[in-house]
Amino acid sequence: MKLLRCPVNGERPLQEFDYGGEYRPQPDPDAVCDERWASYVFDRAGAAGVRREWWYHVPSGTWFIAERDTGTDRVVQTYLPDRLA
Amino acid sequence: MAHRPLRTVPHRLLRFALQRTYREPRMFRAPARLKRRYDAVVIGGGGHGLACAYYLARDHGVRDVAVLERSYIGAGGTGRNTAIVRSNYLTPEGVSFYEESVQLFRRLSADLDYNLFYSERGHFTLAHTDSAVRTMRWRAEVNKHLGVDSELVDREFIARTCPLLDLDCGHGMPVMGALWHPPGAIARHDAVAWAYARGADRLGVEIHQHTPVTGLRLEGDRVTGVETDRGLIETDRVVSAVAGYTPAVTEMAGIRTPLVIHPLQACVTEPLKPWLDVIVVSGSFHIYVSQSSRGEMVMGASLDPYEVHSTRSTLEFAEGLSAHVLAVFPHLGGVKVPRQWAGLADMTPDFSPIMGLTPVDGFFLDAGWGTWGFKATPVSGKTMAWTVAHGKPHPLIEPFRLSRFREYELVGEKGAASVGH
Repeated sequence: MKLLRCPVNGERPLQEFDYGGEYRPQPDPDAVCDERWASYVFDRAGAAGVRREWWYHVPSGTWFIAERDTGTDRVVQTYLPDRLA
Repeated sequence: MAHRPLRTVPHRLLRFALQRTYREPRMFRAPARLKRRYDAVVIGGGGHGLACAYYLARDHGVRDVAVLERSYIGAGGTGRNTAIVRSNYLTPEGVSFYEESVQLFRRLSADLDYNLFYSERGHFTLAHTDSAVRTMRWRAEVNKHLGVDSELVDREFIARTCPLLDLDCGHGMPVMGALWHPPGAIARHDAVAWAYARGADRLGVEIHQHTPVTGLRLEGDRVTGVETDRGLIETDRVVSAVAGYTPAVTEMAGIRTPLVIHPLQACVTEPLKPWLDVIVVSGSFHIYVSQSSRGEMVMGASLDPYEVHSTRSTLEFAEGLSAHVLAVFPHLGGVKVPRQWAGLADMTPDFSPIMGLTPVDGFFLDAGWGTWGFKATPVSGKTMAWTVAHGKPHPLIEPFRLSRFREYELVGEKGAASVGH
């Protein structure tokens, strides 16, 4: 069974998690032009590599960040989003 | 129907029988060296790339073409899909495009003089909920309006056509109706790549297997060459047709796209006597099932739930798919699954492909093939070849341009296999 480490609840089966997609800092909606906003909305990193992603532990309602290699599907580390601020 | 191949087979058989040695002719040459320059380079030796090269040579006289394939031809999505061809999509753009592909597929065995085992079965998309019935009705009306044979049918029709299907699905999610698409077909997917490769090769196209592309040469906003591990190629026209590996190539061109890569898994059972002569798809159960000409049940499911760039298989998939297939076909309970695999689906936010010109002059994109690439092989080859030859998008693929995301003009294709209802 595949396990993922929730920063609050520890290692849990992958089935307890939802995937939230790539972590993308939002540009200021009032300052940004339409084209950059479209790029923020639609464009993704795409290629394989280590990436920051949103994951959600469903039973406990915890959103957190996982750094994961999308090529090998290995998780480097997970932490709560306040570490990014 | 493929008449021409059948007519030529006895002659070839006779010639073979009279030979002392039985040398199987090569499907295409394996040139020892890359040339320094080509008129056009196609990255990706799958069905799409090979078809594009074939039509460039056949229809547009561009024969000085190299197809570069990192592995062997058809190693990616072309050999990993569940080989279904249909045109009962939802958007007018999608229906017109895929209908042209169905028409091309029908003649393809004869055109390429190669038996593709193209077999029209009829295609059911089962509806288990009111909202699914509504979507099927919507799709049927759009299809009919555009001249595609497609209709909403009731439980009685399904029971008559496919008697072994359990309309009550065990319990919980009974079938309420279905979208019925008589032209729905399956084909031998590897043969599509082989036949296009042979056809292109005969017209002068060079196919270089085991030749990974390592970079693109750009001058300003123009492409001027392709770097490979066997040396640099000069060219001013490059087509990327690498589906699940597209982001790696677009990064070389400095282009960002909305593509995200999810594995899509499939499997086959051991061969059974012929019992299923239609293709059965259920959006709610996320399954598609058909019986191959060898008798195997070919079965696919929904995308893996998160991004992975690897063609690994999982037990979760085999378990989940089996549960759902058994709800519809309970008599398969004792059947073994000897083989499962995965392909990389390059998903777009609107479930339509990304085709045509890019911000880099001379760099053309054939991507975003998600779960709908195989059925589009002939039409994408044909329209991409036209686009490369004319330097402007073919009218059929104009709506699928990369810039639609900048212009907020998406083509929401809810008829795609991966969309639940």
